[in-house]
Amino acid sequence: MNLVLRETLLAFRRAPLLSALSVTTIGFSLFVFGLFGLVTVNIQRVIGDVAERVEVVAYLRRGTPPEAVTVAVSDIQAFPEVQSVSQVTEAQALARARRELPEFQDIFQDLESNPLPASLDVRLKPEFRDAAHAGLVADRLKGFDFVDDVRFGSDWVAKLDRLRNIAGAVGLVVGAAFALVAIIIIGTTIRMAVLHRSSEITIMRLVGATDGFIRRPFLLEGLVKGLLGGALALALCYGAYEAVNAYLLHADFFTTGQALMGVAVGGLIGLAGSLVSIGRHLRSV
Amino acid sequence: MIKFNHVTKEYPKGAALTDVSFHVPKGEFCFLTGHSGAGKTTALKLIYLAELPTAGDVRVSGFSSTRIAPREVPRLRRRLGIVFQDFRLLEDRTAEENVAFALEVTGARRSGIGPRVMRALAQVGLAGKAHQYPRELSGGEQQRVAIARALVNDPVVLLADEPTGNLDERATRGIFQLLRDINAAGTAVLMATHDLDLVKSLEGAHLVELQHGSVAYDSAEEAAPTEPEAP
Repeated sequence: MNLVLRETLLAFRRAPLLSALSVTTIGFSLFVFGLFGLVTVNIQRVIGDVAERVEVVAYLRRGTPPEAVTVAVSDIQAFPEVQSVSQVTEAQALARARRELPEFQDIFQDLESNPLPASLDVRLKPEFRDAAHAGLVADRLKGFDFVDDVRFGSDWVAKLDRLRNIAGAVGLVVGAAFALVAIIIIGTTIRMAVLHRSSEITIMRLVGATDGFIRRPFLLEGLVKGLLGGALALALCYGAYEAVNAYLLHADFFTTGQALMGVAVGGLIGLAGSLVSIGRHLRSV
Repeated sequence: MIKFNHVTKEYPKGAALTDVSFHVPKGEFCFLTGHSGAGKTTALKLIYLAELPTAGDVRVSGFSSTRIAPREVPRLRRRLGIVFQDFRLLEDRTAEENVAFALEVTGARRSGIGPRVMRALAQVGLAGKAHQYPRELSGGEQQRVAIARALVNDPVVLLADEPTGNLDERATRGIFQLLRDINAAGTAVLMATHDLDLVKSLEGAHLVELQHGSVAYDSAEEAAPTEPEAP
């Protein structure tokens, strides 16, 4: 068996309690970080769902020739912010109003003529669903002769923007704090493992081991502990997610990619923690 | 092969060695004596470069303390065998594994490790205890394992820092005889000790006595006081 692999396995076998403690500590510190990640993922999903409804509606003047609208639609579709444009005729607008506003059923029944204008409903690409871009698209739509009025609910889109900014800033600051705490805890845990084996490191040096040789088993050990801790954190997060779903509210879990990335981050923190700890130790002996 | 050239080593608390010069040629048995705190351990540390001199130069088997690059230090140590008073064995490895460890860290081929380890253990008289852990061995036997570990890389010199300091009289005699046998087989031995009975028991050995960090007596200088200094 490869010597580095054997030394790493030996380290786990020789100090099983310390190793289990390291993995558990890493697991729980990443679990806290993961819980925060779950909250962030779900807040983002809710904001995303709300943002889905950001739509710029251009109401058309009566009597606009359909050919002119058709030409304009392809122009509007070429706007970089635009995902899709759907044409709504006056009749379709009325049908939709009847469907979506049943409380005004009586009024719609008694109409002699259709008061609703035809419109172009412009949906924006996800990254442009904010007040600034919606306003930009609205201004451009106003430039068409046949457009009478343009609406996109600027007030609530601005509120959505604010919500998104607050969520983003809080996520960044709290996330960074959690990540820092996790890194410090993991670093300390790995430092304990290094100190536990300091006499071995001294002997390795005396018999002529290079620093690279001494470092490798520790790096692999840190990586493995980080990955195991990451997997433990993922399992704990899944348990928390199941509990929330069963008793509180419907929440989303991480995608497979996000989950794998979380475990990989555990491994990377373990690796980096080992690199720093063993490096510092080698410089001091 | 080992040459101290006006070596001074200072620590924040004061000088451990001051202007120390002596020479241990190839194949020699040399005692480094002196009271506790005379500078014996510091001198050995300067040889295996756990410390660097503050002034002067230590030359060991072609390496110079003033010119050696940090990445070359492991190469120097592979040419030395080092034995300590407290044995410094890995408690969770058998005698065989402790000796093999010294070869494994140097990247030796796995197929050659087993026979070399057994040869080294046989040389120190412990072939039958290869699978025992240090805690299952007596002090003298543990020191023999440490010597086997020091020998397994075929060192040019064996450095022994008070190797009998923790042993009873019988084990001391056994270890000392072993070191003499190793020297007789061609390996230089530099033994730091304050046990004057041991020193007296080996007539003709090179003796360097340190006092308060300086050379108080060097039998080689006395024998050939006019010998010119090697470059």
